[in-house]
Amino acid sequence: MMDVALNAVPNTLPPLAERQPISSPANSSTGPLGHFFEWFGDLGLFSWRVARAGFTPPFEFRELFRQLDEIGSKSLPLVALAGAATGVVLSLEARYSLTRFGAKSLLPAAIVFSVIHETGPIITGLVVSGRVGAGIGAELASMKVTEQIDAIEASAVNPYRLLAATRILACILMLPLLTLAGDASGLFMGWVTQALVEPLSLHQFINSGFKSASFNDLLPPTFKTAVFGLIIGLIACFQGMRTQGGAAGVGRAATSSVVLSSLLVIMADVVLVKLILIFFP
Amino acid sequence: MHTIDQTTTTTEEAEKNGSASVVEVEALHKSFGTQKVLNGISLKVKRGETLAVLGRSGTGKSVLLRLIIGLEKPDSGSVRIHGEDIAGLTLDELGEIRKKMGFLFQHAALYDSLTVEQNVAFPLQHHKREMSKPEQRERVKNLLMEVGMEDANAKMPSDISGGMQKRVGLARALALEPDILLLDEPTAGLDPISSGEIDDLVLKLQEEHHMASIVVTHDLHSAKAIADRLALLNEGDVVIQGSFEELQQSEIEFVREFLKHS
Repeated sequence: MMDVALNAVPNTLPPLAERQPISSPANSSTGPLGHFFEWFGDLGLFSWRVARAGFTPPFEFRELFRQLDEIGSKSLPLVALAGAATGVVLSLEARYSLTRFGAKSLLPAAIVFSVIHETGPIITGLVVSGRVGAGIGAELASMKVTEQIDAIEASAVNPYRLLAATRILACILMLPLLTLAGDASGLFMGWVTQALVEPLSLHQFINSGFKSASFNDLLPPTFKTAVFGLIIGLIACFQGMRTQGGAAGVGRAATSSVVLSSLLVIMADVVLVKLILIFFP
Repeated sequence: MHTIDQTTTTTEEAEKNGSASVVEVEALHKSFGTQKVLNGISLKVKRGETLAVLGRSGTGKSVLLRLIIGLEKPDSGSVRIHGEDIAGLTLDELGEIRKKMGFLFQHAALYDSLTVEQNVAFPLQHHKREMSKPEQRERVKNLLMEVGMEDANAKMPSDISGGMQKRVGLARALALEPDILLLDEPTAGLDPISSGEIDDLVLKLQEEHHMASIVVTHDLHSAKAIADRLALLNEGDVVIQGSFEELQQSEIEFVREFLKHS
């Protein structure tokens, strides 16, 4: 079944396009608008190469598991901490606002809906784009400028498969799981903050908060972070693997990976929120 | 079909007895932007033969090696490995040809997150999956012994010297038992004693493995020591090819100038 799906990947680009070098910021001679279109064109070409390499054997399972650990497990404390801080702030702010408008009884529901709908996913996306985006961008850029990526290719190993496809897939798989962890941490700290002001059991908080919630409130916003994962992984790998220019180039790649992936995550969120509201009302 | 099989067999036989070229570079042109690097260069290397490519810095010697292994794409001209033109191949098809080639990078390009042992094992882990772990470990141990680095197997690349990194790079290049060995400035940045050791090592490996080797260098002494034939590059093309003695007897101004300053 897997093989059928893999073999179905179209092979429409001519072979030479696969080996056409992706241009780097250093060797381009066009203006800012030209750079912009060139960047998108190169990103498209890069995405095609990664998809083609990633969906055809041999699969790099060992590297994938290493990246799942690197991107997932090692981001967990940071995501949980960010989620917890957001839960506290949300709880404090919501209490102040809702008390002012005489809707204090809606406090648990307001916190739950804010966390699972938006704050949990976007905070997770931004935290991961900072930690993982910079990490992947700098690591691959460093490998590029020291010819390690060329050495991988010279060893007859496809670097798009080994380095890019594994990292991007790990980001896609781990973001929803990290989001769930961030949500849980945010809700827990939201409850703690409430419980410190007036007695409220966790059971009551959860019951009251999730009373009018459905799976449509949890699953689509959680799984939209897989798109954030795709953006973070793709941009960081792309910026890293097209680097030129020594240590300065590595710094530029790390910075641009974080800036671009964060920006694109926020922009994607705008579109995804609208789509979720349309398809999962 | 019969004709193709017959041709392949004939080429293989010719390669085995050393009469056919394993690497053929024909009218190769390469530019980077407006800068012309290679200007119609042609070269041939047979099995068991070592060709040293000499020239001033920036004359495209390293670019030539990168074109031969397919890391760069030529503007025009062809590179044939075992008679097959690599221009029209996908990355994975090219990979099959690269398995028969070993490449030593100028700065060794060892994977800095892996130990010396893991660096040498890298090609085996990806292409010799049928080998068991103990077999792979044994092969890596033998390769490290061959280059005199058996004691550094657990060290990280950053913990060993430049000369040692080159030895490890050489062991990694030999891991898949290649027919063709490409060496980019194997002695650059090394002291004279380390350079001599690398030269001796290359000669020893060449005798043992009988590969077709192309060595890019600006070190005439090293080229003289390890190569059967020398090719001198200037302005993107070969000025002269031949033995060291033939170069010495040349009346070409650039050749005389180059030898005088080497």
